[in-house]
Amino acid sequence: MQRRVFLRSGAFALVTLGLNPSFLRRTAFAAELRGAARGKILIVLFQRGAADALNMVVPHADADYYALRPTIAIPRPGARDASAIDLDGFFGLHPSLAPLRPLWERGMLAPIHAVGSPSATRSHFDAQDYMESGTPDLKNTPDGWLNRYLATRGTCAECEGKPTPFRAVTMTEQTPRILAGPAPVIAMSSLDDFTIRATGSDVERLEALYRTGRADIVHGAGAETFDAVKLLRAANPRRYQPENGAAYPRSQFGQRLLQIAQLIKAGVGLEVAFADVGGWDTHVNQGGATGQLANRLDDFARSVAALVTDLGDRMGDVVILTMTEFGRMARQNGNGGTDHGHAGAMFVVGGSVKGGKVYGRWPGLAREQLYEGRDLALTTDFRSVFGEVVREHLGAGDPSSIFPHFAAGERLGLF
Amino acid sequence: MSRIDIRLLFVVTALAAGCAPGTSPDVMPAPISAAMDREQTADQQVRHVLNRLAFGPRPGDVERVRSMGVDQWIALQLSPSRIRDTAAERVTTALPTLAMSSRELFDRYPLPQAIRAQMRRTDMSREDTLRVRRAAQESRRVLAEMQIAKVARAVVSERQLEEVMVDFWENHFTVFAGKGPERYFIASYERETIRPHALGNFRQLLGEVAKSPAMLFYLDNWQSAAEPGRLTLECGNRNAECVQQRRRGRPLSRNPQPASRIPRRGLNENYARELLELHTLGVDGGYTQDDIINVARAFTGWTLEPPRRDGGFVFRPVMHDAGEKTVLGQRLEAGRGLEDGEQVLDIVAAHPSTARFIATKLARRFVMDDPPESLVDRAAETFRRTTGDIREVVRTIVTSPEFFSSAAYRAKVKSPFELVVSALRAMDARPDMTPRSAQVVARLGQPLFLHQAPNGWPERGDAWINTGAILNRINFGLAIAGGAIPGARPERWPRYAELASAQRAAQVDAVIAGFLGGEASVETRQILERGENPLLAECGMRNPDCATTAPDSSGMDEDLPPGPRRDPLSRPANLDGLKEVIGLALGAPEFQRR
Repeated sequence: MQRRVFLRSGAFALVTLGLNPSFLRRTAFAAELRGAARGKILIVLFQRGAADALNMVVPHADADYYALRPTIAIPRPGARDASAIDLDGFFGLHPSLAPLRPLWERGMLAPIHAVGSPSATRSHFDAQDYMESGTPDLKNTPDGWLNRYLATRGTCAECEGKPTPFRAVTMTEQTPRILAGPAPVIAMSSLDDFTIRATGSDVERLEALYRTGRADIVHGAGAETFDAVKLLRAANPRRYQPENGAAYPRSQFGQRLLQIAQLIKAGVGLEVAFADVGGWDTHVNQGGATGQLANRLDDFARSVAALVTDLGDRMGDVVILTMTEFGRMARQNGNGGTDHGHAGAMFVVGGSVKGGKVYGRWPGLAREQLYEGRDLALTTDFRSVFGEVVREHLGAGDPSSIFPHFAAGERLGLF
Repeated sequence: MSRIDIRLLFVVTALAAGCAPGTSPDVMPAPISAAMDREQTADQQVRHVLNRLAFGPRPGDVERVRSMGVDQWIALQLSPSRIRDTAAERVTTALPTLAMSSRELFDRYPLPQAIRAQMRRTDMSREDTLRVRRAAQESRRVLAEMQIAKVARAVVSERQLEEVMVDFWENHFTVFAGKGPERYFIASYERETIRPHALGNFRQLLGEVAKSPAMLFYLDNWQSAAEPGRLTLECGNRNAECVQQRRRGRPLSRNPQPASRIPRRGLNENYARELLELHTLGVDGGYTQDDIINVARAFTGWTLEPPRRDGGFVFRPVMHDAGEKTVLGQRLEAGRGLEDGEQVLDIVAAHPSTARFIATKLARRFVMDDPPESLVDRAAETFRRTTGDIREVVRTIVTSPEFFSSAAYRAKVKSPFELVVSALRAMDARPDMTPRSAQVVARLGQPLFLHQAPNGWPERGDAWINTGAILNRINFGLAIAGGAIPGARPERWPRYAELASAQRAAQVDAVIAGFLGGEASVETRQILERGENPLLAECGMRNPDCATTAPDSSGMDEDLPPGPRRDPLSRPANLDGLKEVIGLALGAPEFQRR
């Protein structure tokens, strides 16, 4: 396995291009080290706009669910073609999430229900802010929790004190809040953007400008930039063919996940990747087994499933974590939609995940069980999930510096 | 030499430079702003002020400042009202939303959610959906015009220092236009709150910010009310005396009817915390959590009229916690109203930590990331002596020997905004009235008015530099030289025609003079001049091991399907001749500094 990964990695490809031996040595050495020591990868996917947890992971055995949602509820499993996909006799997946079913059956998929932020806010802005800063109700946290992970974790001492530039990559134009902070992050909306847009020898001229002259941070970062561009080019992402018959949707989200797979297989040292997808704010006509939300979930599920298929064995080292800022109101509104609610649902996918089980205590949907009489109540703080992922998957020690003022209770046992 | 050795050498060199005599603060010249105390040459001083009090020189600026005299030019920039600024006015008048009130903006460009809410009762038809989509586009205009104006004014305004200071305070008192209806408040925020006080009195500016809808909404103070069970002032709209006094803008009666217990949403500490931590004292400024709570209590009732009325500031006595409070050791008597908050602003504006915090931040903006203590001391002293006269604090800083020291020269890395604006100015660009330039600033990592957290964009230049950032900056230099930014054709550069067919060496000389402040390393000059592969030649002399030729990238993009977004930075720039020299210079490390 190790050998196969190494051969596939960009470092090997560099040899055939006759590139700088010292540069190659460094890259190969670092890649090997990381592969041996850790090589764990976390892919974070944010559903922006508050995805409707109750129609995503359907409590089909809870009669209150059907009472609250007379026209948009997902029919009980087996009712007709488009009905919930039963998971454990109580919960089921939205039919559009069918591509995730094989992951459940293989024990790689762990849905978590009634999870989210303890903050009472129903503002998209505030709730996303809290989910990304990892500090509910504290607005002045300057950095995001994923960046705090990167910063506090540091890197292995043997890797010359410098991680590869591709350690943290966000497939978005701007660096999102969750990755904001002192640890370096590359933001790009596509791998094609990560190239110098000059022709002919101008690329070399620009490189020479940064490799000579003053010894300062600008030159240093410039030299690293050219290393990174070459590292990526040598991995030749343009010639990429997904493996194992993986079929990514042509949507922006699908294509961004495809590019995350490319980076992983290119062996450029990716540890944390991020992508987001919008369209979940379904106030009006959200539909049931078909319709607006169903279409969004279809793209979402096919993209995630393609990523897992494509990565194949590599999923042993990869965890995909999905999140959304809050859930939606338990009762449907007057427009066949749902308004902003409280607790939501997440998915954790990975070879090391103890899947095949829905995590989180179910609080119920009876009126007195609802949060403020209207929303799914919270039984799992999102920091419990995030903390468990960084500690048990990525191997961070004590996550208390990543999630200050938070005492994690009992572990969920996701891994 | 291997890359590791080179890195080590970098570190050693950097350390040595840091320890060199003449750069350490204790051997700084005495604090008298006479030209003879200045380490920078006369020429450097001219370029330095244009890079610090302005967003970089336009063609002709260096000559203009030189003939006026550096000190006279600084004095003039410190009095912007004495400078005619028709170019900036033309920008403002061309963008209609800039002059509108929040209410007008709400009415003309409603949020798509608001339109959807109107349609609540019926199912949405295809036309309704289109209407919502159009509204979404239109409402984006409100923010887009602010972004366009910010870049265009910085490029063309003659009152460069005022633009620098507006940018400084907008970042110090940052708000996030992406939060709900915040975008409707930012036009008046810049126009009425920030700009008129950018070089004015700090206490006044602080007061305007505290009452601005932009800040009240962003930091949630508009919904902060006395905790249930606390004494509030019984003075709603039914209290005629109260209403009258409010109309006259006077503080409320000192003898209120106390004791109504109204359950409300309760206290929100958000603004209070940022007021102390980010706006005035600074995080280590010497306040406690109790101070935060008491400041928050003092500001209860500082809220907003509904946007349909006029969306402006209003004090609501029924929300105000009228109990006694202690803030930073000073007692605020019970039974008062609006004057609670006003007194808190007086206390924090006069606090010594505030003088130091603001002085440090200004010195960091104008001089260097770690400004000398001696300078911060004097700037803070000016702040105290003048009770917060911003103009005088800035004057102390920009006429100081530290400002004109060798160590300060080109010490700051440009923010993306500064980079784009300085390039546009160097090219003598016309103001870009499309969103393109602002989109480029966003691509480089600084979407204008869209910093989410209340700490604002980094003040330290080096915070902007990382691998992805350099790549985008290089591509920006290539894009602008290739004419991909509206208003910025290289042919507009005054020396273009004269040099277009000149020798390469003459072109390089002129470009270094015009774009790199006349100073470039020997290597940079050679690389710009050389026709053949410069890296191979360079490496060949020193170390055959270091050649790192990349595969030829020409034609790389032709086989690509057109992407969903073709922004200027993702187009290949095929430059030759003078344009090539300009593109390389704008992408060079030297241009990343100011």
